[in-house]
Amino acid sequence: MSEKLLEARTLTMQFGGLKAVNELDFFVNRGELMGLIGPNGAGKTTVFNMLTGVYQPTTGEVVFEGNPIRGLKPYQIARQGLTRTFQNIRLFRDLSVIENVLVAGSHLARYGLMAPVFETKNFRQLESEQYERARHLLDIFGLEGKKDWSSGTLPYGEQRKLEIVRALATGPKMICLDEPAAGMNHKETHNLMELIAKIRQEFSLTVLLIEHDMKLVMGICERIVVLDHGVKIEQGTPQVVQSSPKVIEAYLGVDEA
Amino acid sequence: MRVPMLTFLGLMILGVIAEFTLDSFVQLMLIYVLINMILGMSLNLVNGFTGQFSLGHAGFMAVGAYVSAYLSTLFPDLTGGMGLVTFPVLALLGGLAAAFAGYLVGLPSLRLRGDYLAIVTLGFGEIIRVTLLNMPAVGGARGFYGIPGPTDWDLGGFVISKFLIGYAQAMFWVVACFFVIWRVVRSAHGRAFLSVREDEIAAEAMGVDTTKAKVRAFVLSSFFAGIAGSIFAHYANYLNPASFGFNRSIDAVIIVVLGGMGSLTGSLVAAVFVTLMPELLRPLQELVGVDVRMVVYSLCLILLMILRPKGLFGSKEVFELVRKYVRKTS
Repeated sequence: MSEKLLEARTLTMQFGGLKAVNELDFFVNRGELMGLIGPNGAGKTTVFNMLTGVYQPTTGEVVFEGNPIRGLKPYQIARQGLTRTFQNIRLFRDLSVIENVLVAGSHLARYGLMAPVFETKNFRQLESEQYERARHLLDIFGLEGKKDWSSGTLPYGEQRKLEIVRALATGPKMICLDEPAAGMNHKETHNLMELIAKIRQEFSLTVLLIEHDMKLVMGICERIVVLDHGVKIEQGTPQVVQSSPKVIEAYLGVDEA
Repeated sequence: MRVPMLTFLGLMILGVIAEFTLDSFVQLMLIYVLINMILGMSLNLVNGFTGQFSLGHAGFMAVGAYVSAYLSTLFPDLTGGMGLVTFPVLALLGGLAAAFAGYLVGLPSLRLRGDYLAIVTLGFGEIIRVTLLNMPAVGGARGFYGIPGPTDWDLGGFVISKFLIGYAQAMFWVVACFFVIWRVVRSAHGRAFLSVREDEIAAEAMGVDTTKAKVRAFVLSSFFAGIAGSIFAHYANYLNPASFGFNRSIDAVIIVVLGGMGSLTGSLVAAVFVTLMPELLRPLQELVGVDVRMVVYSLCLILLMILRPKGLFGSKEVFELVRKYVRKTS
């Protein structure tokens, strides 16, 4: 049961004189929902960028399903089944909602460059499968009715949801969510959490979650890693993390008196 | 394949009408319009749909023009109706040569972004022009004479004119270029192009091989630029490196920007405007006494960009705009 799906070994990211992440070790088990938390500037997003190939770690290794993936291009990592969403929403704004989802599955549509020109049978079939799949995914998130909207015109909360749908469309084994509830109100956040739990079941996903909303993280994560100034200061179940003096210090500071 | 074929046949009927109603100068301008349409649509694939900025389109056109022209001089003159068979083949070969050039230029330079790519392609265009200028085999600076081309085709008293054969050839490739780009853009490959334009980092994270997408768009675009060059070479029967200078690349960019980045029908309309406007302004020169043609032409462009900053049709196709208008009024 506790098979490691993703493992980060002594990951270090150095930007000039700044060590954004320093010798970070952690792992995520298959099927787990793990949280990655820490104060602003702790290096959480940097970790995501290293895992997904946006940054090349200065040292260290990332192992996904037993294979080293450090040095692979982001699209290669995505095709292996490790995908992500972005903290500052990065939708394809001028494309329609469904096109956003279709882009993510485009590597699954195997036909030649000229197949669409001659509208071959293979092309038509694969294309209709792709649309069907995209509609199904949008339906889960209640976005099917807006599939022809330009994605930039969606309300903020739905843009966040669309980012998750788009990531799901790549057919991932593991998904890294970078503050999916940022800017959402309490009710929306609650709603989103239920959705994350649901897709986790339906797609047997492993989830790594960065989130600021403590109540949310403590509520749904099975295990949590806490970062501060690029260093892992604590890990364990929500109870362990909540009562850790180091974590309290990192968030609230030391009592000088 | 029925829609493209019917479109082509419909446009051929217009060609027959043009044959009997237009004088030979206007007919020549019409061929140039068609060539510019191919040039504009193909550049739109790179600049509009894929969001890269190429400034060397004339270079690829020159490759297609010279290669197909040179190949055609190797064979005995095929006149009349034979042209209907040989010219598409020669155009295809010219297009393939240009596509190969596009691959060579694109593979290293498409890793660069934005302005850098513009400079590299600009440099490539100049390299091609200067190379041709110094190549005696294709005439060098004197120009390349005696390229066989469409001729009047005598069918025992009934003559099919040079114009009509040239028109058929050019129109065939306009229709082919339009439908190829139209359909590729609406496939998984094309959606990869669009995602590169929208957000390269997000596209990569979604499993899109962005370098491959860019190279593909660039190669396909160069292919059609080569086709445009081949049509130009055979219809004019003469080539000069000066025809493929920086100005022609700029013309292609103007067509794309004016018509709208990512609007194929926009490129078609803009190609008509860019080709015909300088000619339509000729009477003005006689009226004023000095050549103010290009001044007025430039003013027109400035005015259009102020009124329609995203180009005539933005990133929409003319059909979508018509549909929207109909919905609004009803």
